[in-house]
Amino acid sequence: MKFAVIVFPGSNCDVDMYHAIADELGEEVEYVWHDAENLDRFDAILLPGGFSYGDYLRSGAIARFSNVMKAVKKAADEGKPVLGVCNGFQILLEAGLLPGAMRRNNSLKFICRPVSLRVENNETMFTSAYKQGEVITIPIAHGEGNYYCDEQTLKRLIENRQIVFRYHGENPNGSLDDIAGIVNEKGNVLGMMPHPERAVDSLLGSADGLKLFQSIVKYWRETHVVTA
Amino acid sequence: MSLLLEPTPTMIKEEKLYREMGLTDEEFAMIEKILGRLPNYTETGIFSVMWSEHCSYKNSKPVLKKFPTEGKHVLQGPGEGAGIVDIGDGLAVAFKIESHNHPSAIEPYQGAATGVGGIIRDVFSMGARPIALLNSLRFGELTSPRVKYLFEHVVAGIAGYGNCVGIPTVGGEVQFDAAYEGNPLVNAMCVGIIRHEDIQRGIASGVGNTVMYVGAKTGRDGIHGATFASEELTEQSEAKRPAVQVGDPFMEKLLLEACLEVVKSDALVGIQDMGAAGLTSSSAEMASKGGFGIEMNLDLVPQREAGMTPYEMMLSESQERMLLVVKQGREQEIYELFAKYGLEAKAIGKVTDDKMLRLYFRGEVVAEIPVDALAKDAPVYHKPSKEPAYYREFQAMEPYVPAVSNYEETLLSLLAQPTIASKEWVYQQYDYMVRTNTVVAPGSDAAVLRIRGTNKALAMTTDCNSRYIYLDPETGGKIAVAEAARNIVCSGAKPLAITDCLNFGNPEKPEIFWQLEKAVDGMSEVCRVLGTPVISGNVSLYNETNGEAIYPTPVIGMVGLVEDIRHITTQAFQQAGDLIYVIGEAKQEFGGSELQKLLEGRIFGKAPEIDLATEAKRQQELLTAIQAGVVASAHDIAEGGFAVALAECVMSTNGLGAKVTVDGDITSQLFSETQSRFIVSVKKENQEKFEKLVEAKLIGEVTNDGTLLVERASGEVVIQLSVEQMRSVWKGAIPCLLKSKA
Repeated sequence: MKFAVIVFPGSNCDVDMYHAIADELGEEVEYVWHDAENLDRFDAILLPGGFSYGDYLRSGAIARFSNVMKAVKKAADEGKPVLGVCNGFQILLEAGLLPGAMRRNNSLKFICRPVSLRVENNETMFTSAYKQGEVITIPIAHGEGNYYCDEQTLKRLIENRQIVFRYHGENPNGSLDDIAGIVNEKGNVLGMMPHPERAVDSLLGSADGLKLFQSIVKYWRETHVVTA
Repeated sequence: MSLLLEPTPTMIKEEKLYREMGLTDEEFAMIEKILGRLPNYTETGIFSVMWSEHCSYKNSKPVLKKFPTEGKHVLQGPGEGAGIVDIGDGLAVAFKIESHNHPSAIEPYQGAATGVGGIIRDVFSMGARPIALLNSLRFGELTSPRVKYLFEHVVAGIAGYGNCVGIPTVGGEVQFDAAYEGNPLVNAMCVGIIRHEDIQRGIASGVGNTVMYVGAKTGRDGIHGATFASEELTEQSEAKRPAVQVGDPFMEKLLLEACLEVVKSDALVGIQDMGAAGLTSSSAEMASKGGFGIEMNLDLVPQREAGMTPYEMMLSESQERMLLVVKQGREQEIYELFAKYGLEAKAIGKVTDDKMLRLYFRGEVVAEIPVDALAKDAPVYHKPSKEPAYYREFQAMEPYVPAVSNYEETLLSLLAQPTIASKEWVYQQYDYMVRTNTVVAPGSDAAVLRIRGTNKALAMTTDCNSRYIYLDPETGGKIAVAEAARNIVCSGAKPLAITDCLNFGNPEKPEIFWQLEKAVDGMSEVCRVLGTPVISGNVSLYNETNGEAIYPTPVIGMVGLVEDIRHITTQAFQQAGDLIYVIGEAKQEFGGSELQKLLEGRIFGKAPEIDLATEAKRQQELLTAIQAGVVASAHDIAEGGFAVALAECVMSTNGLGAKVTVDGDITSQLFSETQSRFIVSVKKENQEKFEKLVEAKLIGEVTNDGTLLVERASGEVVIQLSVEQMRSVWKGAIPCLLKSKA
């Protein structure tokens, strides 16, 4: 299975994402610069955290216009797994691949710390390796993670089980309904504020994020019968 | 100001306009002699910034010479962007600390942010990949609205810059004392990793090679920043706000990645950050170090504003700019490399053989100065030194004996002192994990980062208890280095080297210069004993407000090597049943202690003593025991003494407690700040091995009841506090102070 890590000029969690895939998951992975126009040779697309184009405007507001986002949209339409973490999530929202918007944390401060998450839906291609309701520890590191959407959208998200992760215990940023991560209706585009790629090695405190990547691989293997 | 409106050379001399730029009459006479004519306005400006203390170290050079700077593992000592030490496997670690005090006092967010930006560039200009940032901060008491404003905005500035560039801010320290009320200290340290073969230097060489400018455009911000940094803060300093630069971390990120790519190219001859004194210092220093000259056409300098004069361009301290020297004929490769990152590299001049800095503007020569006169031959002053009266008084005092009746209340009050209280409010605003190497996050003795692709890790810390240094600069200087080393050792690392940021008052006052000399003497001695040379550093003098100097504050940044990641140790107790030991005996030493400050509201008397042979022996024994795998946790005893250190060991656990026995003079046992001491926990099965390796006293056991219990040998309870209660006081103190209306 081949992963693409999209690199915007201000991405800074690209290296972490790359190493999570290459070192801990043991799958193929490549960096893809933001001016790339074609992602056809990849099986899954990862949008890492960072500050895409500086994000002096709304986070991700400029990134949505970059060349590579057309290709990301195409991959999403084709049903490939697309994961956006932190800034990646913000970009997916700005690009309209996921519903809703991001506001500044209610503390108005950047927050970096491990948080507890509850797996709300383990029947997605990103979460099948978790147990339903499992509480996991994954770090957050963001200034704008206060997810918001209108009532109708929230209703839809709940009905379709699109809320994949919720903050467990204290909500660190004020997000609506404790939302930490959501998928699109088709279930192949996941955006989340916490950083699973920072939780793949217990030496650094938690390996709870590994199952997310393992789920993606499992899904891919199940849907792609190897005919070698 | 247009060129035509600039004062003429004669006006500059006769109206003594050079004084406004910080030059003395004698210095102006020297310039006249060097040039053999009167300098014009641009040249006067160039001399004034290059001869400022900030750039020339003219007052501190004779003192800095005392530092040991060599060692067989030192690959680059002081004088470049950062110092570099070998860590084996073909790898090396580059690091440096630098101050941004005065800008932060005037505009805290941008002052702190650009301080971070500057130190990052110093490290990547060596060719090193920055892997971590640390910060050492000092503010006034956290009660006045002004101090709260400075504190909150400095932290936000550090976070805003470091988080965006994507370099984790992993450690540091924050202290509060009235001595810093008007003059906060903001010292930023950056640590980088480099392969030996990639080491770059800021040198211009090869006649005809091209001088290139990359990064942000030059604007009118930060003009005369170096001069501003070399004078005392006064009521009028607010008016210097235009001298504070504005940071653009996104530009820094682009520049960082592009420069780390360009250092791999053999087309590059030299590279240097345009830091203090911008285009002037980078060009003059690179030329002087290489033994060449540089000529530049200022019309080609990328400019943010129209109508900039040579004076403004040469003195601007606009951020995120680098100066490169590139082999003639290879310019195209460099253009293309930077273009990938959306950056424009621009050829603005060339290397010459005449050792002159020559500047053209609109077809005319507007400055022509020997480069050595600006860099290595800048004036050096040997300032008079005088032992201050306060020091003699303190030394003559009887030892201070604090009166403590309620040990529990005293411990809780100490835990709520902002200097001791948890700094979680600060470090949660820093992305301390990005790049996923942070094994020990902020909050323990030192931060520890693994080195990918090896089995090794780096431990890093900043340290300086300036109260001791104020009471006794020599002893305090020793303690500062020794304590930094204790933090490193407690983490399981061998101390490698230090960088230092010497924050002092006005060196023209003999008592201040004496503090500087003595502190450096003390620091140098410990560096020799512990084998940790000074490989880089920065001097920040004139830290005074309306004539009042800060405490002398030589901040130590130290890096150590963990040979095997299994050696990584933290201060947190690990499991119930582990044995608790203390290394070192408490004496009745309260001069400059947290307890004295708490009870008396001021500090006085003698600083704690330090015996370097004992210090070195204990550090060595502890490190050997850690490396042998028989230590479960280790923590040095510092501000607040044994009781505070013990509380920290339990507060950083999840539900554990401790039961220990103390005897003798309980106040000293609990709160004295006697040096060279540690609290260590050891698994029972390792008791024998540990006791063979380390001279230590068994005092109790880790428990699982979430209570800190201190008893006398008789069984009488001295302290019995729930860890939860202590933690809530300790973590709540700073947020609570910030919320309260003064």
